[in-house]
Amino acid sequence: MTETGAGSKRISKQNSKPGALRKAKKIISRLAFCGLLAIIVLYTVFPFYWAIVSSLKSGSALFEVEFWVSQPHWDNYVSVFREQPFGRNILNSIFVSVSTVMLSLVLALAAAYAIGRVQFRGRLLLMFVILGVSMFPQIAVLSGMFELINALGLYNNLLALSFSYLIFTLPFTVWVLTTFMRELPKELEEAAIVDGANPFTIVTKVFMPLMGPALVTTGLLAFIAAWNEFLFALTFTLSSEMRTVPVAIALTSGASAHELPWGNIMAASVIVTVPLIILVLFFQRRIVSGLTAGAVKG
Amino acid sequence: MVERRSHLSRRRIRWAWIFLSPMLLVLALVAGWPLLKTIAYGFTDASLINPEAARFIGLDNFAFLVQDPYWWAAVWNTVVFAVASVFLETVLGLIIALALNAQFRGRGGLRAAILIPWAIPTVVSAQMWNWMFNDVFGVINHMLLSVSLIQEPIAWTASPDTALLSIILVDVWKTTPFMALLLLAGLQMLPRECYESARVDGVHPVTVFFRITLPLLKPALMVAIIFRLLDALRVFDLVYVMSGNNRDTMSMSVYARQQLIDFGDLGFGSAAATLVFAIIALFTVVYLTVARVGREN
Repeated sequence: MTETGAGSKRISKQNSKPGALRKAKKIISRLAFCGLLAIIVLYTVFPFYWAIVSSLKSGSALFEVEFWVSQPHWDNYVSVFREQPFGRNILNSIFVSVSTVMLSLVLALAAAYAIGRVQFRGRLLLMFVILGVSMFPQIAVLSGMFELINALGLYNNLLALSFSYLIFTLPFTVWVLTTFMRELPKELEEAAIVDGANPFTIVTKVFMPLMGPALVTTGLLAFIAAWNEFLFALTFTLSSEMRTVPVAIALTSGASAHELPWGNIMAASVIVTVPLIILVLFFQRRIVSGLTAGAVKG
Repeated sequence: MVERRSHLSRRRIRWAWIFLSPMLLVLALVAGWPLLKTIAYGFTDASLINPEAARFIGLDNFAFLVQDPYWWAAVWNTVVFAVASVFLETVLGLIIALALNAQFRGRGGLRAAILIPWAIPTVVSAQMWNWMFNDVFGVINHMLLSVSLIQEPIAWTASPDTALLSIILVDVWKTTPFMALLLLAGLQMLPRECYESARVDGVHPVTVFFRITLPLLKPALMVAIIFRLLDALRVFDLVYVMSGNNRDTMSMSVYARQQLIDFGDLGFGSAAATLVFAIIALFTVVYLTVARVGREN
């Protein structure tokens, strides 16, 4: 009885050992993978979480490292609007970004129809020029643009930004809309041509409704680029009422150079970032496809 | 019939140019003209206050520029910044892309989470990290001190030893998601058959990665790297917000803007800006040539 018991035990042990080992190995590799994922999430999310936590602390609490606020204070959110024209700055940013995006979408839709659907000589060269412009360092046009804006009498005017931002929103929108335009079936257009529609009608009545999703994605990406722009906004505006949000946040200063109002800066950062993050999370899939259409296929 | 068709297609081409012309006109106005004007200013002694009084001075600005140690420091900073941050972004982006390519619950949530740094404006991320890097109250010093990795607080953004490193770390944080998403798109286009036969043969995952994944991913990887390098070589906002016109970290764009706007030296600043443009253009041309030669072989 004992013998057989020991024997069976030995046998089962021999049988189970590799299985247990494999199981343990599987569990460990699984844990390692979960650990990796946790680190990725912590790494990407923590800095913004820390900005939120800091913005909700007031007074001396800001200078203590506390990872959780049990009693949120909204003082920073009030004072950021009281101490500087931050509400105006937000409106400025919205005006500049929306106007730039609208203008580039209209211009780009027409151009994308021509490049994407019509075979003409010089098309490849044109694509190269557009790609080249999108690679332009902004600094390379700064002095020429500065002079142009002064000549147009637009210095310290928001229209200067709406206008100058076209240098990066336009090539991008043309490029992405062209890749989307190419994918639409040929038959649609042929039917319209047979019906005697002119190209203007074809673009507005046939393609524009179909391009809806593409326009939303491209517009959103261009909007984010315009919303984030800093160099032109810093250089072409002077008064704090004309600043856009990035310039306002970058140039926020306190009583002295060494006493930056970090609470205010964090509150302002959270205010302008939360809508952006909600937009991005909402349009997540489309943004990814738009980004890859702009880069990989290019 | 043939005549009619060619007539139609000629009409179509004419329409195409009509559709293109507004875009081309705007592009010439916002990109072509200012670029030519900047290059032209580079050969003059124009000042910001009175650009009309500019005199042609030939290559003097460029001659002075190549003798200025601060310019070369700016070039060096930019190159270090570009190479280091793009390298780190590629490695981290590849790790994240591989992790996201696996099947697990909550994958969509993770993909959303990594989009957060990408969505945050550069200026905002610079300020957020400035606060985290703060030498007295910053959370990074606090954490490192509490696990005794450092003995005393580090002035991350102020000290010349760590200022550029801090800027690189912020850029890596901000742009790794972009890299990861591009590489993920590349990974998802790879043929499944290779992996299945490798699995049947019992090839080790690490070997699979270096022998199958990496070579197949190379085109997508190269495109992503080149996009990021071109972006990093023209960096302005991150460097400017994190350490202003500090000589230790100044990039080429920061140098050119300081000459142009802060010192009001329109001619000299334009020469520096022209050189930035030339460097980036040269880099692009070399890359395109290498890529074309590579493809033809």
